[in-house]
Amino acid sequence: MDAISKLPLILERDGAQLLKTWMAEVSAATRGRLNDDALTEPARELLNALPLALQKGDLEEIQGPHWERVREVLTELSRTQTQQGLTATEVATLVFSIKRPLFEALEQEIGKDAAALAKEIWNATLLVDRLGLFTTEVALKAREEVISRQQTEMLELSTPVVKLWEGILALPLIGTLDSERTQVVMESLLQEIVRSGAAIAIIDITGVPTVDTLVAQHLLKTVAAARLMGAECIISGIRPQIASTIVHLGVNLGDVATKATLADAFAVALRRSDLAVVRSAPARNEQG
Amino acid sequence: MDRIPILKMGPFLLVTIQVDMHDQLAMTLQEDLAEKIVSSHARAVLIDISALDMVDSFMGRMLGTIASTSRILDAETVVVGMRPAVAITLVELGISLPGVRTALNVEKGMDLLRASVNGAERAQ
Amino acid sequence: MLNSVVVKGETLAVRSSEDVVKVRQQVRAWSVQEGMTLTDQTKIVTAASELARNTVVHGGGGTARLEVLSHNGRRGVRLTFEDQGPGIPDLQLAMRDGYSTGAGLGLGLSGAKRLCHEFDIQSKVGEGTRVIATRWK
Repeated sequence: MDAISKLPLILERDGAQLLKTWMAEVSAATRGRLNDDALTEPARELLNALPLALQKGDLEEIQGPHWERVREVLTELSRTQTQQGLTATEVATLVFSIKRPLFEALEQEIGKDAAALAKEIWNATLLVDRLGLFTTEVALKAREEVISRQQTEMLELSTPVVKLWEGILALPLIGTLDSERTQVVMESLLQEIVRSGAAIAIIDITGVPTVDTLVAQHLLKTVAAARLMGAECIISGIRPQIASTIVHLGVNLGDVATKATLADAFAVALRRSDLAVVRSAPARNEQG
Repeated sequence: MDRIPILKMGPFLLVTIQVDMHDQLAMTLQEDLAEKIVSSHARAVLIDISALDMVDSFMGRMLGTIASTSRILDAETVVVGMRPAVAITLVELGISLPGVRTALNVEKGMDLLRASVNGAERAQ
Repeated sequence: MLNSVVVKGETLAVRSSEDVVKVRQQVRAWSVQEGMTLTDQTKIVTAASELARNTVVHGGGGTARLEVLSHNGRRGVRLTFEDQGPGIPDLQLAMRDGYSTGAGLGLGLSGAKRLCHEFDIQSKVGEGTRVIATRWK
């Protein structure tokens, strides 16, 4: 930035006034939706951080080290507001709203020198645009994180681990098994193994639409991880088509026991646990 | 700590591995174990790794070596107490610890050994 | 990743097995600070252990540079292991699963790679090796 630009001076000297008009502008632009007092602090911090950044740094290099403090403030602002549910555009509007107050301050400072004023307004525009774009990027990223976290929560909810009997767990998988889901599945299963002390886990894949080499790898990984914690796995719910596919693809399930139905797998699990289901005495007819 | 203590519990030996074992300690442990298996006529070795927050390929190989050596000396090896995060990471690393039996904790490990030792005795 | 900002960094000597332990502890501490899940922490710590060990055993000792990165708000831990050792003659071979040199001591490179989001290795025979591994939160 030119050494003779008035922007740093105005920001430093008139910071308090600028803050007020900026917040009023925000309120007007968002029709009162964002009257949040929580905005004032980050806004003030931004105004405080700008003069030094402008003097030391290059407006073209907003990712550079001199702009780090500014980026920090904008990132924090962006994330908090996104978590409150604002869209990227709304967050960016917060930043862009500083234009009018800035231009007015510049006009007051520079007065009638049209050429100088035009130049300063250009500098101010560049600055606000860059800040606004950066804020948008961060807001978008933050929104992605929110969505991603919600997806993870949904994933966890959709992979419940059920206790079938003492020492026997069941893990009914619904939907595709990609590598991210596998991580969640492994973590849920292993945590439950620790919690319940189970030594057998039945992984039912009835609800898994396709089993290709990748899915098989993920399954085998899960089985291997459970085994490292002293639990054996049985894979159930293998439909005839899946069995053919597995053979065709040459997938090697190793020595993992496989059963067509969960019921069959449960029977095996009971046997391995030295348990048996016995028919109790037939119910007597109470009448007569 | 110079060497890792090996406890004798009846026919079994129990080794509890603390965090951050460095390489020399691991080598010493392997030697000590082999010696103790012979001198105490142990039938099995339980290695408790519940205190470990990480197992890398070196440690994995060490466990495998202990299992192989023990087997030659007619003793079983059971690794107990692996943490979930460690198990997941080991699987990702591609280490499956073949020839090493596992159990959730020391108690279950001993149950496992007692069952198999009894089975072996019955078979003889 | 380009345009990542280094938030903090530290260089550790990696010359002995005690140093390997120190690297593990530091990486664990930082990944805990960054709020990584337990599984993610364990992955990067294990990768660090593999790579640090390689530096000591195969590289004749070297350095480990630990850094916390920030990329548009997303944080990560980057590890750079450097040595002036003999170098790796055939990188492709070394990166293949199950590859090992000498007395059955695997280089663990392919495993470490699987544990990280970004992995780069450069090596020249007679000059040394540099491995850069990153795991994002």
